[in-house]
Parts: sequence; C-alpha cells; structure tokens
Amino acid sequence: MLKITNLHAKVAGKEILKGLSLDLQAGEVHAIMGPNGAGKSTLGNVLAGREGYEVTQGEVIFNGKNLLELEPEERACEGVFLAFQYPVEIPGVNNTYFLRAALNAQRKYRGEDPLDSVSFLRLVREKLKVLHIGDELLHRAVNEGFSGGEKKRNEIFQMAVLEPSLAILDETDSGLDIDALKTVAEGVNRLRSKDRGMIVVTHYQRLLDYIVPDKVHVLADGKLVATGGADLALKLEEQGYAWLDDGGIKPLNIELAGQTLNP
Amino acid sequence: MSGETSTIDSLIEQKYQHGFVTDIESDTLPPGLSEDVIRAISARKKEPEWLLEWRLKAYTHWLGMQQPDWAHLNIDAIDFQAVSYFSAPKSDKDRPQSLDDVDPKLLETYDKLGVPLHERARLAGVAVDAVFDSVSVGTTFKAELKKAGVIFCSFSEAVQDHPELVQKYLGSVVPQRDNFFAALNSAVFTDGSFVFIPKGVRCPMELSTYFRINAAETGQFERTLIIAEEGSHVSYLEGCTAPMRDENQLHAAVVELVAFDDANIKYSTVQNWYPGDENGLGGIYNFVTKRGDCRGARSRISWTQVETGSAITWKYPSCILRGDESVGEFYSVALTNNYQQADTGTKMIHIGRNTRSKIISKGISAGHGQNAYRGLVRMTPRAENARNYTQCDSMLIGKKCGAHTFPYIEVRNPSAKVEHEATTSRIGEDQLFYCLQRGISEEDAVSMIVDGFCKQVFKELPMEFAVEAKALLEVSLEGAVG
Repeated sequence: MLKITNLHAKVAGKEILKGLSLDLQAGEVHAIMGPNGAGKSTLGNVLAGREGYEVTQGEVIFNGKNLLELEPEERACEGVFLAFQYPVEIPGVNNTYFLRAALNAQRKYRGEDPLDSVSFLRLVREKLKVLHIGDELLHRAVNEGFSGGEKKRNEIFQMAVLEPSLAILDETDSGLDIDALKTVAEGVNRLRSKDRGMIVVTHYQRLLDYIVPDKVHVLADGKLVATGGADLALKLEEQGYAWLDDGGIKPLNIELAGQTLNP
Repeated sequence: MSGETSTIDSLIEQKYQHGFVTDIESDTLPPGLSEDVIRAISARKKEPEWLLEWRLKAYTHWLGMQQPDWAHLNIDAIDFQAVSYFSAPKSDKDRPQSLDDVDPKLLETYDKLGVPLHERARLAGVAVDAVFDSVSVGTTFKAELKKAGVIFCSFSEAVQDHPELVQKYLGSVVPQRDNFFAALNSAVFTDGSFVFIPKGVRCPMELSTYFRINAAETGQFERTLIIAEEGSHVSYLEGCTAPMRDENQLHAAVVELVAFDDANIKYSTVQNWYPGDENGLGGIYNFVTKRGDCRGARSRISWTQVETGSAITWKYPSCILRGDESVGEFYSVALTNNYQQADTGTKMIHIGRNTRSKIISKGISAGHGQNAYRGLVRMTPRAENARNYTQCDSMLIGKKCGAHTFPYIEVRNPSAKVEHEATTSRIGEDQLFYCLQRGISEEDAVSMIVDGFCKQVFKELPMEFAVEAKALLEVSLEGAVG
C-alpha cells in the first residue's frame, strides 16, 4: 500500500532524509528505530505533508497515488494518519466538535454524507468502549490541559474514529510511564487490521514489547541501514546503535536511556 | 517554510461582503463646520434652546482642543472642514408610505446584508405606524415596551418627548469637553438611541438597533443614552455594517450609560464598518467614546464588543464604579486585517468599596493589521477591597501584522487587588497542521482556531448575536485562507 523510493528531504535547507526506501503492505506493522537526529520524525512529517519539509528527490506511492502531489488535508482524507509526538492544544475548540469536523471533512472527500451528531456520538461511544477510554475527553477542548498520557490516548482515539488506512505513530511512547504506555499500546493493537498499515516510530525497544512489529528498520543518517524481524529491536536494546558503525555508518549523537553521548 | 508566507497571505485576503454603495438622494448640508452649521442642525431637528446652547458650548471647547495622538494609530490628517455634518431624514410626509415605495436599491442592500424582513421597513425609513397595523412585529414590540414603562426611541424623539430626562442625563457621563471626539460629537450629533428603564423593571426583550452610515437617519455622529433606574435590567444590542465608500469617512459616536442601585446594563456591539480595501484605501475612521456610570450600589455594567470593521478604531468602553459593590465588565474581540488599525480597550475606574471589574480582551491581527490593547485600571483611595482581573490575549496570523498591549494600572488603596495576564501567540503553524492532518481544510481550521480563541467573549453575547459575530469573523478572515 505504501512504497517509498529513494526519498530525500530537506528541513530549513539541511538534508535530513538521504535516500530512504520502504515497502509497507496492508496489514503490516513496521517499526522504525534509530538514534536522535536520524530523521525519524522527519519521515512522518514528510509523509503527512507538513510545510517546511521539502522533498528534493524520490517518490512515495500510496494506494496507487503519488502522495507527494497531494495537499496535507488531501493526504489525510486519503487515509494517512499521523499520531503526533507532541499533540498541540487548541484552546476553546471542543474535542468532540473537532473530531466530528475532521470525520465529516473526510467523508465529504469520499463523497459520503456527513454524520449527524446523534450517529457521531454513537460511533464515538463505541470506539471509546473498545479502547477502554473514559468519555471525559469528549467534553474538553482539544488537548487543552491534557496530561502526556491523555494526549497520546486522544491521538489513538482519533485514529480509531477516523479509521485511516495508514497510521504513522511518531514516538507515541515518549514521555509515558509504563501504565500509560500499556494503555496506548493496547489501543494500537486493537486497531491493527488486515486493511491497515502502521509505521511505529520509536527510540526505545520497550514499546515493541507491547506492539510486536512485523518488521523492524533501523534509520540512521537519513537512510534505512538495517531491516529485520522483531528480534532486531532486542539487539538494538542490548547493544545500542553503536554496532551499526561497523556497517560503515557515521557515528551520531546517541541517546540511550535518556543519556546523550557525544562520540 | 517558504510556502508559508504566501499561503497565509492568500488566506487573509478577503473581500468586504457588505461593501456596496447605495445611491440615494439625501438632504445634506454642505461640508464644513461652524456655528451656523450647528444652528442649522439644531433648527432642522426643532431642538429646544438649551440643547442648542449645549451644542455651541461643546463646539467652543472643541475649537480649543487638539486631536489626540497618543494612540498606536497611524492616521492621515483629517480635514474637519471637508466633512458634511448633516444628512437629514425626510419628513414623514415625504417618507415612503410602504416598502413598495422604497428605492429598490435600498431593498437590495438589505437583502445582501441579510436584514430580517421586519427590520427593513424601519431601516428604509418607512413611516412605520402608517404602514403596519397592530399585528406588525414592530408595533407589537412597542406596545409591549410601553406596557412595561420602557422608553426606547430615537434620540431626536426623546428630545421632543422627554426633554427633562435628556437634559438631566445628557453629558452626565461623558462631559462635552471630555475629549476631542466627544466634544465634536456633542456639537454636531445627529441622532442615535435613547433608552429609559424605570425602577424595578426588567426590560421584556433585547433592545437592538442597526446603524448604517448611508442611512441618513443615524448619520456619522451618533449619540446614545441609556438610563437604568433602581433594580432595572436591560440588554442592548448594537450592530452595524456600512456600504463601501472610497474616501475615508469620519465617525465619532458617544454612548452614555447610567446604572442606579442594583441596576444591570448589558451593552453588546458587533461592529462591521467598512474597513477599507486590501491596500488600505477607504474605510471608516471610528472614534468612539463609550462610558458607563455605575452610579448606584451593586449596579452592574457589562460591555461586550466584537470589532471587525473600520480602517481605524479608537474606542475604550469604560466603567466608572462609583457605587459600592458595583461591577464592571469588558469583553472584547478586535480583529484587524489588511491595513486596519485598532487601538481599543477599556477603563475601569474603581471609586466605590468592594467594586469588581473584569477585562477579557482578545486581539487578532492578520495581513498588515495593527492591533493595540490599551487599558486603564484605577483603584482610587476610597476603593476598599476593590478587585480587577484582566486577561489580554493576542493572536497573530501571518508575519506582517502587529499586536501591542498597553496596560495602565494605578493603585492608590493598599487593599485593592489587581491581576493582569497577557499572552501573545502566532496562530500556530502547529495548530494549523494538526487540523490539516485530520482532513480539515485550512480555511475551516483557521476559523475553528480563531473561534476557539474568542470563545470566552462570544459566550457573553446574546445567542443570535453570537452566531452573527462568529459568521462575521469567518467572513473577515475568509480570504485569509486559500
């Protein structure tokens, strides 16, 4: 469903992605791991079409379409969902209102009728139940005053309602304690389906204890430098990213267990 | 990031939807200001001698005054001799007798503005009573108000029918020499509204009026006076939108509110005067003096304003909290787009004991718009335990606009408490992207974010006005997106 070929991208004039290629089939979950500064978040932002991320080379085909030609909102409507690392607050805008506006915008794009508030609320309650999330999120403004865990849960909840065909989870585990992490991972697992591809971007292996990926890729210096099964993540956990140097990878700032080492 | 500027630019380009000139012959005095002009205005309105004297006194003061230049506004010199100070309504005999007789162009104007049908006759200057029978909405309202003892009429009518009330209260809150523009208004005001709510009466409906600059009836120099006697309640709505004109139009209104013991006045404004075109050409110069006097104990005056129009806005709806335990409130949304400039805010003068005031100001700047909040909170020595809370938020859309905050705080009583909070944010690129990523269009995203930003103020507006205000904001930012 998603084929990325030789993707190069710049941010503020600096090349961050330097020839990244990836092939994701529907139903698969791929993890992308890598040290800080490797370009993990850039990938998600490029795929979602964020302003300021300039693609200089390569192509991205998503469900037969050239994704890079589409506007960000069109990509969303085509089924690309980015769960943000730092979901923003939108004061004064009710969370439910926001989500309904989003869903109806996507339905309109697909030529479907908008959902009225009654059907929407029914849908929302159903999803909350599946995800074991309380309904207090519905009454608050978008992410306003949410704890880190609540913000991430809200992302997963939005994903459940919008039912994207490609979900990119950008460091969804960052800043979560173990219980919050489990809740979020459980939500993600419930949303795995044969029609949906997922890219889980993470720095740490621990998330992958709960979301077991089909494939693990290592991103370093703007390229995928290693690909393997779930066991690759364990190797990274044990040995850090340094062993990749043997493969000719330039040393990078390595952050391990919150500690930054400058090689 | 290079794409951002152009997107935002196209986003905030927006056409004034209510911009059109209605070409209707009007009975207008030649331009210029002199004692003779003032005598002519007064004579045409058949005013009593005392009012003419009052006007002339104001004029004398005005001659010795300078146009203020302390505001954060860039104003071309105004030639006060080039302004026409009177544009008269026709006499009843000459008035259209029904909507069928009204110039179709005017009716078209109302259509474009979406003015409700029952409002049109009054706005069109139809001799209402001759046209509508007793079941007509207007007449029914009038009857209902009369039954309650409420006086709601034009200022001119009040001068004729209730001269003692007008004489007693006119200028008692905003004196003739208060400031340059108030003095000018006092000399040449043409019409406006008059409201009197007798003791203990809760006005049975929201009082509303629409002002339009090219409707001769109100003119550019409005004068409004609202008096709420002991224990009475009134909610007054003022809304306006003006036809497009190319030359700058001077507008200087004065509004005076008086609240006695336990009285409650809520004054809401949606202001949409023509703001000028996208190059800053044309547009209304709006210099307004609005002040409420909480004369009685436990009285309350609340100003809510949504300002989206005018090339220049100079406006500080204020409260003098004289009565013990009186309350003043100011809720404001001011939006400047293109080359609009606004210097607006409030004054809360605490005199009585245990007085409280609350200021919520939301400024939005887009295009080259300049938006300044200027607010004074004064705690006088008598104001034991007075409290003020001020929240002042600015939002910037694009990179060429500006937001400025000028709070003045004077505390002369050690028991007083003043809180001031201010924030400035650029309309989050992050917020915008978050919305887009969920499939929401840029235009919807901006209006959603702005609407959320203004929520605290919108919820103070009466329901139908809140809807109108929200729509107005959307229209005002329309081009700003896509």
